[in-house]
This record gives sequence, C-alpha cells and structure tokens, in this order.
Amino acid sequence: MDATMTQPTSVAGFGRALKTEEMVISMGPQHPSTHGVLRLELVVDGEVVVDVIPHLGYLHRCFEKHCEHMTNYQQVIPYADRLDYVAAMSSELGYVIAIEKMLKIKVPERVEYIRVIMAEFSRIVSHLIAIGTYGMDIGAFTPFLYCMRDRERVLDIFEQTCGARLLYNYMWVGGLSHDVQPNFVGKVKDFCSYFRPTIKELNDLLSYNKIFVRRTANVGVLPAEVALNYAVSGPVLRGSGVKWDLRKNDPYSVYDRFDFEIPVGEGKMGTVGDCWDRYMVRIHEMEQSVKIIEQAVEKLPAGDVQSAVPKRIRPDAGDVYVRTETPKGELGYYVIADGSASPFRVKVKSPCFVNLSALPAMTRGAMVADVVAILGSIDIVLGEVDR
Amino acid sequence: MKEFLIGIFQNEILVYTLMAVVPLVWVVPFALFAVWWERKISAHMQDRLGPMRTGGWHGWSQTIADILKLIQKEDIIPSAADRRLFILAPYVVFAGSYAAYAAIPFSAAYVGSEINLGLFYVISISSVVVVGLLMAGWASNNKWSLFGAMRSAAQIVSYEIPVALAILAVIMVSGTFDLQQINQAQSGWFWNWYVFQKFPLLFVAMLIYFVASLAEVNRTPFDIPEAESELVAGYHTEYGGMRFALLFLSEYANMFAVSAIAATLFLGGWNSPFGDFLSGPWWGLLWFLAKGMGFIFVQMWLRWTLPRLRVDQLMYVGWKVLIPFAFVVVIGVGFWVMAVR
Amino acid sequence: MIPQEISDVLKATFGDAVLESRIDGVLDPFVKVAPGPVKDVALFLRDNEQMLFDVLMCLSGVDYTGGRLGVVYHLHSMKRNHKLVVKTEVTVDDPHVASVESVWKTANWHEREAFDLYGIVFDGHPDLRRILMPYDWQGHPLRKDYKVPEFYNGMKVPY
Repeated sequence: MDATMTQPTSVAGFGRALKTEEMVISMGPQHPSTHGVLRLELVVDGEVVVDVIPHLGYLHRCFEKHCEHMTNYQQVIPYADRLDYVAAMSSELGYVIAIEKMLKIKVPERVEYIRVIMAEFSRIVSHLIAIGTYGMDIGAFTPFLYCMRDRERVLDIFEQTCGARLLYNYMWVGGLSHDVQPNFVGKVKDFCSYFRPTIKELNDLLSYNKIFVRRTANVGVLPAEVALNYAVSGPVLRGSGVKWDLRKNDPYSVYDRFDFEIPVGEGKMGTVGDCWDRYMVRIHEMEQSVKIIEQAVEKLPAGDVQSAVPKRIRPDAGDVYVRTETPKGELGYYVIADGSASPFRVKVKSPCFVNLSALPAMTRGAMVADVVAILGSIDIVLGEVDR
Repeated sequence: MKEFLIGIFQNEILVYTLMAVVPLVWVVPFALFAVWWERKISAHMQDRLGPMRTGGWHGWSQTIADILKLIQKEDIIPSAADRRLFILAPYVVFAGSYAAYAAIPFSAAYVGSEINLGLFYVISISSVVVVGLLMAGWASNNKWSLFGAMRSAAQIVSYEIPVALAILAVIMVSGTFDLQQINQAQSGWFWNWYVFQKFPLLFVAMLIYFVASLAEVNRTPFDIPEAESELVAGYHTEYGGMRFALLFLSEYANMFAVSAIAATLFLGGWNSPFGDFLSGPWWGLLWFLAKGMGFIFVQMWLRWTLPRLRVDQLMYVGWKVLIPFAFVVVIGVGFWVMAVR
Repeated sequence: MIPQEISDVLKATFGDAVLESRIDGVLDPFVKVAPGPVKDVALFLRDNEQMLFDVLMCLSGVDYTGGRLGVVYHLHSMKRNHKLVVKTEVTVDDPHVASVESVWKTANWHEREAFDLYGIVFDGHPDLRRILMPYDWQGHPLRKDYKVPEFYNGMKVPY
C-alpha cells in the first residue's frame, strides 16, 4: 500500500477515457497546517497532487536591508532573533560567531559553555514544537499539548536567565547580556531528569502508533543524492541517511569537547528518507541535546561573561561566512564589512528556505493529505524562509 | 407511553407529534452537555483543565454561552454560493440524524414508532446525512469544502456495509428487526446481552459495528472530511452562526444515535444488568442513557488519542479489513444459529 | 586540497576566465571569475575528481556601489572536506551571469532571490521570477540606490 493511487481513466464498456481535469487548489496563506503564511498552489487530479508551486514572501520583513542601515553591529542581534523565532538562541549564535571571527576576539570559556547550553535548549524547544505540530497535522491533538507543557519548563529557564521567553537578545558580540541565575545548574539538572521520561512517553503515544506510521512511512521520500544537490541540511538531510552534522563535522564554539551521537534515518519503518525518518531524527536529537546539556552543565567554568565585549565594533574590511547547526539545519551568515560601524551586507542563508525548495521533489505522486505530512516533516518557520 | 398520552389528550395526531418531540427533549440538552463533556475530557487527557469559569463549577454553562453567541451572529452566505442548497443542507443533515431516533426505544414504555422493521429503517434513513453533507460541501463554492464533502460521501457509503453486516449478525440471532423485541430478548441478567451470545462472534460484531460507526459519524480516526489541519473545517468551513450550530448539533445527535443502536443491539438497551433489580420504565431509561454515554465516552477518548487515517487508507480499512471480518462473523453466526435449531 | 592548490588548478584549466584569487590575508579564500564562464567553472568544480564540490552552501547577490553588482558562491565538498568561495562581478547596465541551476538544484531559488532583490539576470535559469517580493513589484530593493516607491497598486507604501 503506497502513497500513489492509480486513477481510473476509462469507464467500463465505453472504451474511451473519461475526461478528467486537473484542479488548481490553493493551500492559501491562511491555513492551519502551513506553519505560517505560505501559499502552496497544488495542481491536483482528484486526490493525487500533480504539482506543488510554493509562493513565498508573505513574511518578508527586509532583514537584510535593515542590517545595512543599522548604526552598529550589535543592533542586528534582536533582528536575528526574529528570523527563526522558535529557536532564537541558535539564530543569534551564528551571527555573533561571525562578528567575533571578523574582530578576532576570543570569548571566555564560561560564555562558550553557556552558549552551547542555550543553543541545545533552543534545539529541544524547536523540536518540541516541530513534533507537536506535526502530530497535530496528522490528526493527533494530544502530543501537541504534552510538548507545550515540556516547552514551558525550558521557557521558564530562559526567562530566569535573560527575562524573555521567546526572543532574547541574549548573545552579544564577545559575551552575553546577562550571567545565568545562581541556581541555574540545579534547575538545568532538574529539567534533564524530568525530560528524559517524557521523550519515552511521546514515543509511546505518537512515534510507534500504527496509524501515524502508516501516514508517514514511505511518504515524501528524499534520496540522499537529491538532498545533497538541493543543499538540504539538518534533520531533513540526516533523515535521508547522510551522517552530516556541523557540530561534529565542522565544529564551532566548544562542541568538540562533548560526547554525543548523530542520529541518522535508517528506513526502519519504510524507506530511508521518508517523513517518519525525519521525525525520528528529531526525537533522537532531543535525547542527544539533553546529553550535551548535562555534560556542559557539569563542566561549567567560572568567569565573567562580559569581559570580552568590545567597546566599539568596527571590523576591518572583509567578508566571512559562518555556518552553525540550528534545529532547522545549517544557518549561514555571510557578512561583508567595509570598515565602518555598520555592516555593508548581511546575507542569511536560511535552512528553511533551502529545505522548502526541495518540497516539489518530495511530493511526486503524493496525495493532498501527504502534502501536509511532508510539509510538516520539513519543519519550516516562515520567519526564516522569508526573512 | 402512547396509551398514557392518548388517555389524556384523546387526539391521536397530537399524541404522535408529542412522541416525535420527546427525543428532541433529550437530543438538544445532550448536545449541549456533550460539547462541554468533550472539552473537559480532551482537556484532562491533555494535561490541562478546560472550561472552568462560565457558570461557576467547572464551566458547566460554557456551551450555553457558546449557543447564545452563535444565535446572535451575523448570517453570512458567500455571494457565489448556491443559496438554496446552502440554506437547506444543515436541515437535511439534521433531519437524517434525527429521523433515526424514531425507531430507537428509550425505555420499555417509550419508542417513537412501533415499526417492526426498525433496524432496517434506521440503517437506511441515516444515509440521508450523506446527501446533506454533499449539499453543504458543494453549495459552499469552496474547493476545500468540496474536498471534504467528496471524501465524506465516499467514506460514509463505504462504511455502511460493515455496519449492515454487523447488524445482520444480530438480526440472525434475534430473529427480528424490531428494536423493542430485541431489547426484550436481552432481558435478565447481563449475560443475556447479545455481546455475550454466540461468543466471540457477536463480540467481534460489536467491535466492527463500533469502528464502522465512527466512520459514519466522521469522528477521528476517520474525520478526514472535517480534518481540521488540512481542510480548515471541511464541508462546514463556510458555515457560521446558527447554521454551524445546527450542523454541530446534528453531529452530536448522530453520535448518540449510533451509540444508542450499539447499546440496544449489543448491551441490552434499557435492560438492567441485574435482572429485575433496578428495572422498570424509568430505570430502563437511565440504563439506556448510561450505556449510550459509555459509548460516547469511548468515541471521545479515541478522538483525542489517535491520529487520522488518510483517505485511501480509510478505504482500505473499510473494504479490505472490516468487510471480510464482518462476512466471517455473519457466516459463523448463521451456521451457529442453524446448528442450534 | 588547500585553497592555493584549488586556485592553481582553476587558473590552469580556465586561464583568462579566472580574474583574481586571494588566498592569504582574508578569512575566506576566494577566486574571482568572469560572469560568462561561471557555469563551466561550476561544472568543473562539481565533477572534477579532486574538487567534488557537491554542495552549494550559499549564493548571495551583492551591490558593491559604483554601479557594480556581484554574485558570491560559497561551495563545499562533503567528500573532500574543503571549501571555496567564487565571486563574480557585473555592471548595473549589463547584469547578466550564467545560471548554475543545472549544476546545483539549490541555486534555483537562490538565483531567483538575487534577481528579485538585485536585478541580476541569470541566463539559462528555467523560471526566473521574483520570489520574496510580490510578482508585480517594480525595482530591486536591496540595491544601495533603491528608492521605496510611493504607491504600489494604488496603496501608499511608506506610512
């Protein structure tokens, strides 16, 4: 039983094909499962989708143009938050690393460890939303609420650290805006011991549910070569069987000091690279993130988080491309400096934008319900797609 | 009850009208209650609380507040919609759901119509709902509603067959179509209920009937026609205000109708499980409603636990899983009944 | 392969098409290529056994002011684990660059974005239309001399 459905093209006894027409239907900008304002133009023949044409730009907020008109480099950071607003810490991290590389600053160890902890928390938070909303798209309403409940705990930790739950302006060039609260280590350890069993609960409820597997296995298969040609990254690439994670293959910050595994899609329930694989990669990544957080919090060194923050940020003329592994994939910041106090050009290579471009390749012969499943498994955030 | 009312009023037409209205007295408050109940059940399963404030204790009047809001809403009909069908569709859906109550005995003393083809009538009249759904989807002039209506029609028509086969098994055992007589045949202690007869065949028949009836009433895992995440709200996307309230009401009326039939056919209807203890016309009503509500609870429980099936998987389950099993049950029960005789 | 070797091979293979290469003194070593032969260089970089640049990480449009636009390609090889930056430059009056969409499929949307925001025309692109701005927008917003139009379809733009 596969995702394609053969259409009857002749009525028995007449010998001539019954004329069918393709219908153009718009999964419009306002739709419960397009995860934001995205317009998908579907050309359907009955229930089978013949073509998918994405229309973007509904959330284009001219981030790159704004960056050129900022009075200094630090002002870009709140805007960088708002790119992938679900995992804001990861979006900030790439930008500050790029500027620090241009200024040739080395940040204190404490800052590096806290940044890693925050980035991994934001990975957990983003994957919880991805999994919860994915369950909702497939029709299971309850896991979404469970994911939100667990997410609230992480947002509490964020709030106690920097005062904000969703958009932080926490990572500054050369340091952090606030040091962590006094009982941070205890709270983080509490969360880790609370969270591990809930991942198992999520697996029992959703991941191995027969109906869920039927809806997602063998659906939206993306072969590895096609994935690489489309420069897909993150869980979508790892779901297709390619073991590539920037934290291990091109380490930045202090990721090379931690011991963790890279989950890869193996086609356990269907084909390698189907929606279930991408979903399971996210679940396993959450477990690995908890592992990294526990290790980081054990070794958290003392120090001052603002000792390396420069007074003036005026890099020499030049350009740099820095990429980090965000929950959605490989986020790249290409920053061109011209020697003045504001950036000349900031180009954001957004993983969601690139992953979304592979959508037509994944929906060959799928049905309308499958398009929803495939779009959910790519896990896009329109803030990042449109910038 | 009919004789009692005739004794009072002496006018047969008035009495029949009153008897026809009695299920409405149950159905409308039940729908109000069921919406609140569903919100509470879903909330507690999802680790939250649900309505807590409207009316005081656990938000019991939330649905009443919702109905008041819906009544005073502006009646919007899309300009390109087919006006007559658009307006007519909710009434057809409600009529189809409500007409099934005519043959269901609520208690030993009350049955809307003493028709000796009760089951046959019930199965056929509930198919009128499909026509209403198709009208709603088509008349909305909205491609997504059309999708929902098409899927719904395919789904309901396909799942009529396992429903009919499961009911056929019960008819073979009871020998009659009349629901009141089926109830009387299950009197006594709970082991006389049909679910325990010809074990395990009629138990399997109950499971088949229950699953197929979920598809009949468009509940998850078969709620593709109104799949919230794909089709916004499927065939009732364009409906607002009281029209939407009527469609919603008929969904819950339909849910209770199929639960009531399941309770009647398999769990003894208005019979008390303890034989003569706690039985009588009023106790019978209570037992009947309790059994119906038990099935409703399971329906709601399933809705918040399981994901939904894709439409071709849904067809697969109906045609290639439920129907073969239903055939086996029917043949098995047939042989058993003949062998015993 | 280290960047110096890559640059030498490119210069040897393409001669005049390679305009410049900076290896030392920059954070990201780059090679500057003429806009016409970009596609041939791209094919060579992807298919040559020593290069094997199978991933186009990023394709950015740039406005260098003074009437010059540019495209910057960031390439990466999974198998050989090396990176390269390829740059080209065109003038505002003749902003044509060969499209690399047939080499790396990911360039499809990136080139649409560069066209949309800078007006760089990619020859050979199968479907070059705007991607982020509305399809009937006038002007190319990310250029340094861009003036926001007053009206768009009868609606006042700056508020």
